Amino acid sequence: MRELEKELRERFPEVEIFEHSPRRLYLTIGKERIREIAQFLFKEKGLRLSIMTGIDTREGIEVLYHFSEDKTGTYWTVKVLLDKAKPKVDTISDITKAASWIEREIWELLGVEFIGHPNLIPLLTAEDWPRDKFPLRRDYE
Amino acid sequence: MNNRRIIPIGPYHPLQEEPEFFKLIVEGEKVVGLEINIGYNHRGHEFLSPRMTYEQIAYLVERICGICSNSHPFAFVQAVEDAGKIEVPERAKYIRTINHELERIHSHLLWLGLAGHFIGYNTVWMWAWKYREPILDIFEMITGNRNHYGMNKVGGVRWDIKDEHIPVIEKDLNEVEKAVGMFTRAILDDPVIRARLEGVGILPKEVAIDYGVVGPTARASGLAIDVRKDDPHAAYDKVPWDIVVFTEGDVLAKAKVRLLECIESIKIIRGCLKDLPKGEIEAKIDEIPPGEGIGRTEAPRGEVFHYVRTSGGNFPLRHKIRAPSYMNIASNEYACVGYPIADAALTLAAVDPCYCCTERLSAFEDGRLRYSYQDILRMSWEKTEKLKRRMRGNFKAE
Repeated sequence: MRELEKELRERFPEVEIFEHSPRRLYLTIGKERIREIAQFLFKEKGLRLSIMTGIDTREGIEVLYHFSEDKTGTYWTVKVLLDKAKPKVDTISDITKAASWIEREIWELLGVEFIGHPNLIPLLTAEDWPRDKFPLRRDYE
Repeated sequence: MNNRRIIPIGPYHPLQEEPEFFKLIVEGEKVVGLEINIGYNHRGHEFLSPRMTYEQIAYLVERICGICSNSHPFAFVQAVEDAGKIEVPERAKYIRTINHELERIHSHLLWLGLAGHFIGYNTVWMWAWKYREPILDIFEMITGNRNHYGMNKVGGVRWDIKDEHIPVIEKDLNEVEKAVGMFTRAILDDPVIRARLEGVGILPKEVAIDYGVVGPTARASGLAIDVRKDDPHAAYDKVPWDIVVFTEGDVLAKAKVRLLECIESIKIIRGCLKDLPKGEIEAKIDEIPPGEGIGRTEAPRGEVFHYVRTSGGNFPLRHKIRAPSYMNIASNEYACVGYPIADAALTLAAVDPCYCCTERLSAFEDGRLRYSYQDILRMSWEKTEKLKRRMRGNFKAE
């Protein structure tokens, strides 16, 4: 078992780890622990936040945090599932600046609120874009 | 008294040819803050992609960027291959590697030319683009196009490198290698270039880590990250080459990384051409099962990342794309601050934000080249002469 996988299981006993292939791992965790796990992976373990993905699924809105462990070439993707009616999750933009732009992007395109983001303003869409229309939602027409 | 002023660079600026808006906050000559506004070029690829088939998406993502038009399809097909656990034939892996490294050389030379132009050294600009030309000719020979090669498909590549191509590629590489060697010496020895680039726009290592920068921008700040080494794909673990890292973090270090990487790319291509295995260039694809896949590769500007969630059908459910400039441009918030305004345009350009400029002329008739370069030149002269005669006639009439 990988060193990091062992430590993750010790620190976060409830985490589910799925190994797609040796260098592609997917972790599922509750949204209330995202700041802790981001802190652990970025600050303590030196992983790089590559990007985040927001996906509108039947179960709710998923936010994926793709962390890259560069010394082994492994991608650790942390998944959290948010309630579709009011998708909210804590920001990690104060932990790593790499999250700052992508949180703004997910906010404007999928309507996920990142609690505590200091500058949640549109990144890509035009200034006059209606703020209740989210192009990457399934019900968008 | 508050003597802060705002100087806008962009959205349309003669140097930064792509629409991006940098709002410089200055006190006198010194930059004290920077606000970055992007989105002028937002084309909604992530929205379009789930409405297309995997075959079509490879062409769609190719159009994200005109310069690194191989990186996005390369990362995308790897993401689908990861999701579908598809094994790619060895020969296709080598051809992908050759294609990708050729692209890196032409992209770095393009950047070098622009950097020369930015600092007012137009000889470097003309020379760099002159030596970029043979690389584009190689692409035209192999794929039929100078840019937008249409090379990658899920399971392999679309064009084979024929035996008769190999000596031509090797000959051109020798020429480019000589030229890059000359540039490297010319830039490192030139006191004026050094004075202009050294110590400008420094991005320290810990800031580079915080912003998550990638590619030459990271490697110039002492971060030894390179997807080709860290997560070996295609044929990168089968040929010898070295990763180029500098620790200074200034514009000069970024230039050095790119120049030396061209030499490494030539090394990779030579290695691949030498051991190019025989066999098929594409695998047969059945269905892509539901699941998810991550594809990544080292584009000229840094790591390109594609995430695909497959549905089991012909279309993906979600396709996330992250280009390297997304991470690198944000780091300018730090790198520009504390330097004079005159350095800002150079620092902004040093991360190599993408440009697209492919323009040339050839006239075909019945499938044959009608006019050669000399013919066009002669026609141009004749037209000038004709205009001059007409003007002289007008002057007489008056």
